Amino acid sequence: MSVADYDITIGLEIHVQLATKTKMFSPIETYFGADPNTLVGPVDLGLPGTLPVPNAQAIHYGIMLGLAFNCAIADRLVFHRKNYFYPDLPKGYQISQFDEPLCGPGNFGGVRIHRVHLEEDAAKLTHAGSSGRIHDSDASVVDFNRGGTSLAEIVTEPDIHSAEQASEWLRLLRTTVRQLGVSDVNMEEGSLRCDANISIAPKGSGVLGAKTELKNMNSFRFIERGIRAEVARQAAILDAGDTVEQETLHFDPRTEAITSMRSKEDAHDYRYFPEPDMVPVVVTSEMVDKAKAAMPELPHEREARFEALGVEPGAARQMSWQPELGDLFEEALAADPAHAKALAALITNELVARLEDGDLTQSKATPASLAQLVALTADGKVSTSGARTVLDTLVASGGDPAQIIEAEGLGAIGGGDELTPIIQAALDANPDVAEKLRGGDMKPIGVIIGAVMKETRGRADGKEVTKIARGLLGL
Amino acid sequence: MIDAKQVLHVARLARLELAPEDVQPMADELSSILGHIEQMSSLDLEGVKPTTHVVPVEGVLRADEAEAPLPREVALSQAPKHSETGFLVPSPQA
Repeated sequence: MSVADYDITIGLEIHVQLATKTKMFSPIETYFGADPNTLVGPVDLGLPGTLPVPNAQAIHYGIMLGLAFNCAIADRLVFHRKNYFYPDLPKGYQISQFDEPLCGPGNFGGVRIHRVHLEEDAAKLTHAGSSGRIHDSDASVVDFNRGGTSLAEIVTEPDIHSAEQASEWLRLLRTTVRQLGVSDVNMEEGSLRCDANISIAPKGSGVLGAKTELKNMNSFRFIERGIRAEVARQAAILDAGDTVEQETLHFDPRTEAITSMRSKEDAHDYRYFPEPDMVPVVVTSEMVDKAKAAMPELPHEREARFEALGVEPGAARQMSWQPELGDLFEEALAADPAHAKALAALITNELVARLEDGDLTQSKATPASLAQLVALTADGKVSTSGARTVLDTLVASGGDPAQIIEAEGLGAIGGGDELTPIIQAALDANPDVAEKLRGGDMKPIGVIIGAVMKETRGRADGKEVTKIARGLLGL
Repeated sequence: MIDAKQVLHVARLARLELAPEDVQPMADELSSILGHIEQMSSLDLEGVKPTTHVVPVEGVLRADEAEAPLPREVALSQAPKHSETGFLVPSPQA
């Protein structure tokens, strides 16, 4: 069987570093790129006698995430100790949440959200061998700058069914989280990290296969490739008549190799229990109201609003998932609200294609000039192909569309008077085409349109040419 | 009740070294403690919220304001082994 013969089921766990100034339970500032162990306080090191105190801003951000994902917000949250020994965890446990998370079931972008909870990040461990400076081959180096950073963990239900869907959904998630302002979601710096739980089963069998967990992927490309590689690996195992073992895996994006991270006998038994150093946090209605008041318009809401303006769904999605395109669209629309659909098409099809990586800073066209170009096209002052030439100029050097049309002689040829002789000439020059057209075969009309376009340097309108040609041929 | 196998499992998770002759007494003691707690199961606790904390205080939060971090040499000074910039630990991969 091939991969296509299996149903794929994927659930995601996403860790987002919150944009709080200080850590989750410790009043120490945290940011990326500081010298090792310079952003460290007594709580972060788990020194005796220190007490963790939750950061109110982290809870505020957590509530905003819950609202964005349509989650139920708990009225009380309890932090738990998740016990395990690892050198990146000085206390021997991570403070996390267990059975009373901040946010309960929700739904976002067609995927059900299981929960959102708050916890502290682990420190950064550099293993011997990955750093040439360590002479003692037995030693690893711990940097506690990241240790204790406020994290939200978002857990989905297994509602994702392909690698593409996973990466597309994650893009929506990232845009939304960024729009909320609760995290910078910078994947290179590790402020958004993703684990994927993956299982496959023969198509239509309805049974869930054993799941494996692909850990710590930090780019959309790796996530897509990692999931694809793991699905292929599981399919090969099932094809061979074997069974997939439940385990935690690591995907190496360089070699595409998937390796097991922990042996089965080391299976974690975290012995969660309520953190005795912290009292429960009551989530008051004031806190929820404050989070509601801080909510910006979210991408899916913007998408719906754009569609209500008559914008094509694909363009509406593109402009809301890439907020800078949406902002440009709205500014242009403010200059002239008459042609929303055509304006959106111009931005998402024509403008973006002229920019490297869709980077708007490369364009010199003002929003108002784009709106004006769309209006001129709609009024028949310039043909669609002429408009493309105008856009080339606008992107390269800015300016006023009407003046560019004038200066470059791109004005559409209006009415039949000017076009008719040109079309007649094209028909005369292509008698075999004219013959076919007369016989009712309209396919070769492109030849005539092409000849007219060449003659008029793209200023004619194809539909108009067809109409006049039919008239000339007595059709 | 707790048997010797469970004692050894918990000891391993807690990184405790138990002499073989201590395992059975430990199992007996833990069984007796848990047995005492199990008595509570005979009570009708329907609708009673679990007590996660005995102090009647709730909602202690901290404003997101920074305090000075420890000077690095102070932070490192308590570690059994450190370099100029970091804590040195036995490699968990070794």
